[in-house]
Amino acid sequence: MPLSLQQVEHIAELAKLALTDEEKERYRLQLSAILEYADMLQRLDLDGVPPMSHAVALTNITRPDEPAASSPRDEILANAPDHKDGLIRVRPILE
Amino acid sequence: MEYEAIIGMEVHAQLLTRSKMFCACAADYAAAPPNTRVCPVCLGMPGTLPVINRRAVEFVVMTGLALHCRIADHSRFARKNYHYPDLPKGYQISQYELPLCSDGYLEIEVDGRVKRIGIERVHLEEDTAKLIHTGEHSLIDANRAGVPLMEIVSAPDLRTGEEARQYLTRLRTILRYLGVSSGNMEEGSMRCEVNISLRPAGTDVRGTKVEVKNLNSFRSVKQAIEYETERQRRLLESGERVVQVTMGWDEARGRTVLQRVKESADDYRYFPEPDLPPLELSREWVERIRASLPELPEARRERFVRDYGLSAYDAGVLTADRDVADFFEAVAGLGGDAKGAANWITGEIFRLMNARGLEMSQMPIRPAQLCELMGLIREGVITTTIAKDVLGYMVDTGDSPGAIVQQRGLAQVRDAAALEAVARQVIADNPDAVAQYLAGKEQVLKFLVGQMMRATKGQANPTLAAEILKALLAQGR
Repeated sequence: MPLSLQQVEHIAELAKLALTDEEKERYRLQLSAILEYADMLQRLDLDGVPPMSHAVALTNITRPDEPAASSPRDEILANAPDHKDGLIRVRPILE
Repeated sequence: MEYEAIIGMEVHAQLLTRSKMFCACAADYAAAPPNTRVCPVCLGMPGTLPVINRRAVEFVVMTGLALHCRIADHSRFARKNYHYPDLPKGYQISQYELPLCSDGYLEIEVDGRVKRIGIERVHLEEDTAKLIHTGEHSLIDANRAGVPLMEIVSAPDLRTGEEARQYLTRLRTILRYLGVSSGNMEEGSMRCEVNISLRPAGTDVRGTKVEVKNLNSFRSVKQAIEYETERQRRLLESGERVVQVTMGWDEARGRTVLQRVKESADDYRYFPEPDLPPLELSREWVERIRASLPELPEARRERFVRDYGLSAYDAGVLTADRDVADFFEAVAGLGGDAKGAANWITGEIFRLMNARGLEMSQMPIRPAQLCELMGLIREGVITTTIAKDVLGYMVDTGDSPGAIVQQRGLAQVRDAAALEAVARQVIADNPDAVAQYLAGKEQVLKFLVGQMMRATKGQANPTLAAEILKALLAQGR
């Protein structure tokens, strides 16, 4: 099932991407090919195979609850688009 | 038509871990300058990997056990994708299909009967950054981003604002007993959202759900539900329909205000968090956590009734706050009269706490001092009336009751000669009462004793005062 143009636009909206008409069509085809592949996997007979969510067989990787130093604020703010009084400044959010 | 409200609650509680959920930044940001509890992990910088805080998992399991939940054998985290500046990574690590705990319950009391409120799930996630809106800009403090947050979702079993208030109160009591969250709503460490829909009473019609946010006190939860129930009832009765929206509670105006119209279901595109391997909760691990649980409020309440002979009501009031219950047990453990201690705590001590805005943990009164105060009354050194004043001085100064009684000369007047003079004055000043008494209305004696207590500012020994009055009045017959 190829994706519709509306579906591509919806995904772009969720990802906050502004796409040109040409890009929408290109991604529609690429994403459809990926879904087609997933469809092939869906058709496999997997009765009796437990579902998995991770490719690496690790479990219970945890850390003890011990605090350590955070990063210097200058370094943190150096990555921000803008800042004021130690706070990261962004465009206004309408509530 | 009669309608009934179908109410479900979502409670978010910050966990009292020392470090954040997936990194070692300190979790306590209350006094920290903005963006000083932040590192590349909680900011989601490329190339970083989160690691699960084991203690946070244990706190959620403790909560699940206290709420009679099923603890998952396998659990995993999920990515909840949405863009908002309070979310540095562009997604929140949460749980979706396999929460740590599910299918539990919490009991409340409705009209003297126990009502079970289902707990659908208890899961673990991370808190978001704090946003400050200046109008011209929005400012971000990421100290809160990544603080462990527990979400507790009730089944839609609640019917009234009062039931919701009680559910929330009991839930907070449990969290505090467990020591997993401060449960402080005013400071935002516990937050609450409610879903409300109405349906014709007795049917199983599904009404349209309205979500109410921004509820930051027990009172506002109750008021918002009552307001919203009434609003929806009026809409339905006038033949209009309820629209699926998110409302905010305006505390100042006492009403719900439209925040956002929900046109379609939120599209968060949850998927298993690839950066975090799943959790396997072995039976041994869960049993170790179970063994570490403190005595919970329900059990403690029953024990107070059984061991100290308290009424169920008093036991409930005392055990609603762990610090209060601990204080009571300390007094009883020191050999203090348990029922007397319960009366003092639920009466005068609560009154003083309310009047001064103090929590039990902030009260300067020590258990041994309450014991001493009760001893002074028992030994007849002071009257109960004076003891109430002494308690007030104890809170103000932190001094012991014995020292206060001595410094302020509050010991009872037991000097018969001194009391006799007062009694004669009272008799002279109250001829009507005396006449009634002499005419056989003996309960008037209480009034006359009261006058003596007043004249001595509460320091007369009431038994002695009554005896002296009786003797003098007998002479006048």
